[in-house]
Formats: sequence, C-alpha cells, structure tokens
Amino acid sequence: MPETPMIKIDHVTRAYGAFKALDDASLTIQKGEFFSLLGPSGCGKTTLLRMIGGFDNPTSGTIYLDGQAMNGIPANRRPTNMVFQSYAIFPHLNVAQNVAYGLKRLRLDAVEEKRRVEEALGQVSMAHLGKRGATELSGGQRQRVALARALVMRPKVLLLDEPLSALDKKLREQMQVELRKLQQAVGITFILVTHDQYEALAMSDRIAVMFSGNIAQVATPKDIYQRPVNRQVADFVGGMNFVAAEIVGEDSGTITVETTSFGRVKTEKPVQFVTKGKAATLGIRPERLRVLWDDATDKYEIAGKVVDRHYFGEITHLIVEVPGMEQPLSVSETNNFGADDIPVGAPIRLAYDPDALVALAD
Amino acid sequence: MTIAAEGKPDDSAQQAGRPALLQSEAAQGIALISPTFLYALAMLAVPILVTFAHSFWTQNYMDIDRTFTLENYRIALTEPIYRDLLWRSLFISLTVSFVTVVLAYPIAYYISFHGGRHKGLWLFIITIPFWTSYLLRVMSWKVILGFNGVLNSGLMALGIISEPSTAFLYNTNAVIITLTHAWAAFAILPIFVSLEKVDRTLIEAATDLGDGAVRRFLRVTLPLSMPGAISALMIVMIPTVGDYVTPRLVGGKDGVMIANAIQAQFGKAANWPLGAALSVTSMVVVTAMAGATVFILRWAARQAR
Repeated sequence: MPETPMIKIDHVTRAYGAFKALDDASLTIQKGEFFSLLGPSGCGKTTLLRMIGGFDNPTSGTIYLDGQAMNGIPANRRPTNMVFQSYAIFPHLNVAQNVAYGLKRLRLDAVEEKRRVEEALGQVSMAHLGKRGATELSGGQRQRVALARALVMRPKVLLLDEPLSALDKKLREQMQVELRKLQQAVGITFILVTHDQYEALAMSDRIAVMFSGNIAQVATPKDIYQRPVNRQVADFVGGMNFVAAEIVGEDSGTITVETTSFGRVKTEKPVQFVTKGKAATLGIRPERLRVLWDDATDKYEIAGKVVDRHYFGEITHLIVEVPGMEQPLSVSETNNFGADDIPVGAPIRLAYDPDALVALAD
Repeated sequence: MTIAAEGKPDDSAQQAGRPALLQSEAAQGIALISPTFLYALAMLAVPILVTFAHSFWTQNYMDIDRTFTLENYRIALTEPIYRDLLWRSLFISLTVSFVTVVLAYPIAYYISFHGGRHKGLWLFIITIPFWTSYLLRVMSWKVILGFNGVLNSGLMALGIISEPSTAFLYNTNAVIITLTHAWAAFAILPIFVSLEKVDRTLIEAATDLGDGAVRRFLRVTLPLSMPGAISALMIVMIPTVGDYVTPRLVGGKDGVMIANAIQAQFGKAANWPLGAALSVTSMVVVTAMAGATVFILRWAARQAR
C-alpha cells in the first residue's frame, strides 16, 4: 500500500465543559486504508468520526484531509460521506432516489446520473431494487442503500458509524466480508467506528483502540491482538489471562520477569511500558494454552485442575486452577480432541509457547 | 420468572370467568368508544340528516310543505347573492388557512428545532390566548383595528397617516386578520408534531450529501412535515368557511360570509329549507375544496422531488 496520508488528526481535543470526549488525540490514516476506531461506548470514537465528517468541531487541534486543514469547513463541503448507524434512509424517496440524492447537486445529465446510481446499486448488489420504497426494505437492504448513497458521491473518505450493529449475527458476518471486498474494489479510505472487536479485527488494515478519550494503541489487527500495549487493550480485544510477575532484568528492548507458574520469561517490552517497582503483569491468550493429552509432554508446561467448563459449540472454555496463581487460567480448546468431555475436577496439564506471553503496562 | 409463571394460571382462570363478549379486543374497543359514538350520532349525524331533509322541502308561511323539490338548491346556486357569499367565504377561508399555516410553520419549526428544554413552556405560552373567550379576542381586534383604534392612533403618531383610516375594520381584511390570529395555535400544534417526528439524522444525512440549510429544508424537512402542514390547513380551512361570529363582529357589510346568510334564513327570513339547502351546499363545496387542496399539495410535493 502506498504510504500517503489521507487524514491527519493533529492534537485534537473535544471538550464538553469539563468533560473531554477526546483528549489530545493524534493519528494518521493512510490513503486507501480500511481503518477502524475500536472502543467501548463513550470512548470518543464516534466524536472523532463526526469531527472528521464535519458534524462536530474540535475544541482545539486540527484535522487535515488530503493535506487540507478542515477547521470551519461544514459537512456539506467536505469530501467525506457517512453511513449512519440508523442508516438515515429518506423515507419519502425510493431506493434509486435515495442514492441519487447527493448527485442532484452536481447537476449531471440524466443519463450519467442514472448510470452512476445503477453502478452504485450494483456495487452493493441492489441493482434490481431501485424502484423499491424506502420503507419496504429489510435491515440489510437499508444498510446497502446507505452504503450506495455514500459511495455514489465518490468521497475521498467513507465514514461508517457502527454500520453493522443493527444486523443479526449471520448477516453481520456476511456484510463484514462484503464491506472488506467492496473497500478493496473501490480503493476509497474507509473509517469504521465499532465496539465489536471481531468486526474490527476481521475487516481492518489497522485499528486504533480508544478508551475514555484517549487512543491507547494503533496497530494492525494481528499486533493489536497478539501484542497489546497494556492491560486495558488486552482485556478489551479478546480474552486474556493475566499473570502477576516480578521484574528481574530489563534492557532497552526486553524485560525478564519471574513468575510462579510460568517460570522465568524474557519478553519484548511494549512501547509505553513504564516500570513501577518490581511488579509487572504478563498476559497469555486462552487459545495459546494447549491441553496435553495422555502422556504427551512439552518443554513448557504447567499443571492444574479443571474447576469449570463452558461449551461454545466449536470450542470449549476450561477454567483451570493452578497452584500458586491467584486467578484461575482460562483455556480455549477446540473440540476436535474431546475437550468438551474433560470432567470438572480432573487434573490437567497445559502446554504453552513462551513467545505467547506478553508483558503488559497497567 | 417464577412469580410470573405462578401468576399465569390465576389470570386465565379469571379471564375464563368473564363473559366471552368482553374478551374480544374489538368488542372492548367498541364498548370504550360507544358513549362518545352515541353522543356524536345523536348530536351530529341526526341534525345533519334533518338539515338534509329540510333542504328538499318548502317553507309555506308557518308550516313546511314536505313535497320533494330542488327549488332551494336552484336558489342557492343561481341567486347572485348566495353565490357571491359562498365564493367570498371560500376565498376568506382559503386565504386564512394558507396565511395561518405559513405564519405558524416558522413558529412550530422554531419550537421543534430550537426549543431545547423549553418546548413544553413554548407550547404552553401559545395556548395563553385561549384563556379568554373567542368573543373577547374578536372584540379586542375591534379595538386594535377600529376608527379610533390602536393601529390608527399608532400610525398617526408615527406620521404615516394624517387621519384615521377606515380600511382596517368592517371589511374582508378585518375578517382575515382576526381569523388568522384565532386559528394560529390550532395550526402550530399539528405542524409541531410532524416536525418532531422528523428524524434529525435524516437532516444530517442530507448535509453529508452536500445540501446547505435551505436545500435540506426543502428536500427533507418540508416534505416530511407535509402531513402536519396539510392537517393544519384542513383544521383551519374547514371551520372558517362556516364562521359566523367574526364576520358578524368585524366584517361589516363587505365581510359577510355564507354562515351569516344561513343564520338569516333560519332566523329573520324564516325560510328553513333555503337555510338548509345553503348549509348542505356549503358542506359539499368545503369537502370538495379540502379534497382538492390535499390532492394539489400532494401532487406538488411529488413534483418537487
């Protein structure tokens, strides 16, 4: 991907009285990137998206769009378009009229306008439904119309405000794949706001994880998941076992810690890591712990006892109590080998890869 | 959950004990509206039928000749005096309703979009004129528009006119001004309700797609609040055609409307059948005019897209 910045968020703050919805955030989004703003409700992700779209203004700081400062430029003059959470389909217009809404201002000739509307409806597989009334659409269809209505404007940046949250699970997963495909086909920069970690991981080139007005980490989905910078990110994106540890050695790039259950571990130091005394936290994902069956052994293993079991169809979550650990470990194992049949109370041995252990800032 | 589950058998037992008729929702609905319905039937439908019947009869000095005749309708539709009065009434009510809606719309818009926390207070303030009687409000317009009235003294004090004008009172304009004021609140409320129902995200979406304030109003807010504007128009138009008090008090000779003529037939002229025929005629004409207005506005709204 060519590294040309499309959006630059430069020390942007949005305050409502004493409350800062967004606190001195800086961020660069590349051209043609599928970028997600991920975080719990109230973290400032929607505020940031609305400021990029021009529906809200920064209290301080500047947003640059394709090199141009956007301060004071209203939403109707920005090269951005938005897919609203509620889709905001005009109820008094049919599908084709909805899609053509923004084109009217461009005063295209009728043939060209029709061609662009049909092209946009084609892109979202709605070509045959142009005459359908806005009130006769299903949730998924409304979402597609909203998408076509924004894409037909050929924006530099497409803003998506939780576009899939109103759809049922099956349709949501299908739309995730379609949205990703569509973004790759049109090559427009997409910025997606979501609170659904799986959605962000599945679709994005990069993700910014946000908490209470701050950007905690910006990285690829894989890095966000495997190398979270702190406990909060690790906990929000997927499940994580936290292990108390003691720092025994530290240099510029790595730290070495001592734990009761996982022994001595040398691991990469996260960027924002600040040492506070000797205490540290290690994290390991539940699926990076593997059940050792029968007589199998591993170089790295720990032993414990199953205290609870949750069945999820393709996987089972085993809650394993390990002597010397405060919190029991959560283990996610596929059911291929019969993890769903391990009785509660049974002794168990688990294998792990020391590379899967990450040091986490608090 | 447990409590609800235990409660259920009791409920159904109780329901089974009631007469079957009361269990159906339709029956309950009818039972609920029947007092009002019967009252409306007795006080509205029956008098209309009586009026309708009278319009085909003839006044024969003190008695009514009950042989069928269309003579009353011939008079109502061909006599210049009644035709003119009907036209004037329609003109006045059409003007009043359009002016009222045009004036009420911005107020409703302001309350709905900029009323903030004080929407309730604003609506309350609008109802304040209704704390006095309709008659008093009409009379106060007499004070404002009269020969020695507020308007004339004001204009004279400002040096705009040198002597009191008689152009304000006792004519059609006076009737229009008074009726517009009297009906304003009735027009504001339905428009306000329909503006409240306009999803604000739609306006953001229009902005996002490039519309400025005027265009998004014309393309989204106005068409979506059209049902409210149309009902406001109807609410004002239909009763004002038959208004009797206002033309009587401020209309003078030039402001007389059809209702005054109808009153004269039932009163001094003592020709009930002709009065009835005039009533029926104006009812039919009002219905036609209201229907035509709705049709034209809907058509115009479709063209505007």
